[in-house]
Amino acid sequence: MAVISYIDAVTMAIREEMERDPKVFVLGEDVGKKGGVFKATQGLYEQFGEERVIDTPLAESAIAGVGIGAAMYGMRPIAEMQFADFIMPAVNQIISEAAKIRYRSNNDWSCPIVIRAPYGGGVHGALYHSQSVEAVFANQPGLKIVIPSTPYDVKGLLKAAIRDPDPVLFFEHKRAYRLIKGEVPTEDYTLPIGKADVKREGEDVTVITYGLCVHFALQAAEKLAGDGISVHILDLRTVYPLDQEAIIEAASKTGKVLLVTEDTKEGSIMSEVSAIIAEHCLFELDAPIKRLAGPDVPAMPYSPTMEKFFMINPDKVEKAIRELAEF
Amino acid sequence: MTEKRHEALGLSDEKVLEMYETMLLARRIDERMWLLNRAGKIPFVISCQGQEAAQVGAAFALDREKDYVCPYYRDMGVVLAFGMTPKELMLSGFAKAEDPNSGGRQMPGHFGQKKNRIVTGSSPVTTQVPHAVGIALAGKMEKKDFITYVSFGEGSSNQGDFHEGANFAGVHKLPVIFMCENNKYAISVPVEKQLACEKVSDRAIGYGMPGFTVNGNDPLEVYKVVKEAADRARRGEGPTLIETVSYRLTPHSSDDDDRSYRAPDEVAEAKTQDPIITFGAYLKENGVMNDALEKEINDRVMKLVNEATDYAENAPYSAPEDALKYVYAQR
Repeated sequence: MAVISYIDAVTMAIREEMERDPKVFVLGEDVGKKGGVFKATQGLYEQFGEERVIDTPLAESAIAGVGIGAAMYGMRPIAEMQFADFIMPAVNQIISEAAKIRYRSNNDWSCPIVIRAPYGGGVHGALYHSQSVEAVFANQPGLKIVIPSTPYDVKGLLKAAIRDPDPVLFFEHKRAYRLIKGEVPTEDYTLPIGKADVKREGEDVTVITYGLCVHFALQAAEKLAGDGISVHILDLRTVYPLDQEAIIEAASKTGKVLLVTEDTKEGSIMSEVSAIIAEHCLFELDAPIKRLAGPDVPAMPYSPTMEKFFMINPDKVEKAIRELAEF
Repeated sequence: MTEKRHEALGLSDEKVLEMYETMLLARRIDERMWLLNRAGKIPFVISCQGQEAAQVGAAFALDREKDYVCPYYRDMGVVLAFGMTPKELMLSGFAKAEDPNSGGRQMPGHFGQKKNRIVTGSSPVTTQVPHAVGIALAGKMEKKDFITYVSFGEGSSNQGDFHEGANFAGVHKLPVIFMCENNKYAISVPVEKQLACEKVSDRAIGYGMPGFTVNGNDPLEVYKVVKEAADRARRGEGPTLIETVSYRLTPHSSDDDDRSYRAPDEVAEAKTQDPIITFGAYLKENGVMNDALEKEINDRVMKLVNEATDYAENAPYSAPEDALKYVYAQR
């Protein structure tokens, strides 16, 4: 098994799926000749040609909408939004169209599209290159939203998303692209969409999170282990629809729950996770549910001081776990 | 003796009679739906009246065995020509379980039927334009020779999705026919408050495609321009923007009262150009249809409408909990 970066796992998954199925193709801004602004599609244009790795006009609603049309025909488009922040012009296509095509046609039509977008902060991206936008889409039945944390999960979940019969939003943390490396099998495998994954077993405090924050939690847990605090970490992997069973099990295991998201706090994915725990785990809890999230300001500022203030980091997670452990 | 206009287009007498009958069928189904609405039997109607010539003229110029259509909500003439039956349209009007468009989930006018390549649509206008482009892109990738037709109103031609979709098709030279059915009103707002240019087709140059404006009350004129566009598209010469100019003979929908924004005289004047009347007159003047044949066609159409109404009215609704079905693919 080779150790590769998070972004290389993205490229590997797309390449393997394009080799496997001629109906799979890529469309987006700069995805062709340049190989993407982050290089997620590097080498695909050379291997598959401009007809299957399509540099589109700079128009997000068309990237989504043309992809949706192709998907309804029976293709397997992978549409790239250059940054999650720029998905907003495509929201009508995603929510009014992709999410509702199967339902509104009484199962006559379907829309097997994947829309990939880099999200997240900590890269001096300021307000419009740092956002977490998953909560915008996380009350839209018909959509699935996947946010992987490790290269292994990236490959298995992206392949599953491409093969999924329904629309999947696939958000990749842009800081994780080169920061996070891990073992990835060279052979074909998929991971189930809709299933959370225990990333660390522990007894004292449960952390439920996703994306880059999983790594912050793992680092904090490692440090706390030295102080005798045992941390259980559940990686949601799919943030919509949520894996309720895994959330209830993880929360019940320790009775003390910290929910971590890089998104702003109010109305975030963690608000729903919190509600699930509140509905199901009242008598298992030994402390109030605790949420660690970005502040409720519009988005992440550019200056390093304010950016650091906004971002989640291992120290913030460690402090929050410690408070819960001592409750 | 001069050649008749339809013969010059390669259309037989039988074909133009079929066009007339399809137009009339659309009109009579639409009229029946208004009666049912006013009788309190169906909650909503949105009309094709006044646009049947444009719709049927366009549909007959396409290959109805393989082309895809992304119709907008008034395109009853298009979907009838593509194989949806009066019974199926009435099932949609009554929101019954058997409605092939949506199983009673969507309002009438939200067409969709995969077996006839009628692509499912929604209510936010113009979202279907990029879909038509995507289907054409897929066809090109798969080396198929079908084309796609997409329609929308003149108000909708201001939407970003029109611009984004048309530009994408122009850049990639995709086989798409963009047809704007200009009926002069976007609900209450007249065309002069919608467009800064004179004609919707003026916009075509911005997308590197030819643009044409034709009389939407004349099915033969529409047939001709759509047929030429379809031939160009099939030859790999890319998309075309066509504007058919007609008039919306009814209020916007069953919930609209058009007397608040347009004069009765204007509507009365437009009714003298009603395509059902003018095309019927053309067929008679050219000896294609006589009074007896007209009556025969009308009787046949009314029989279909009556049967469809009775069937749909008596058909069962979905079970309440069917509302939970088909959010995702069934495992």
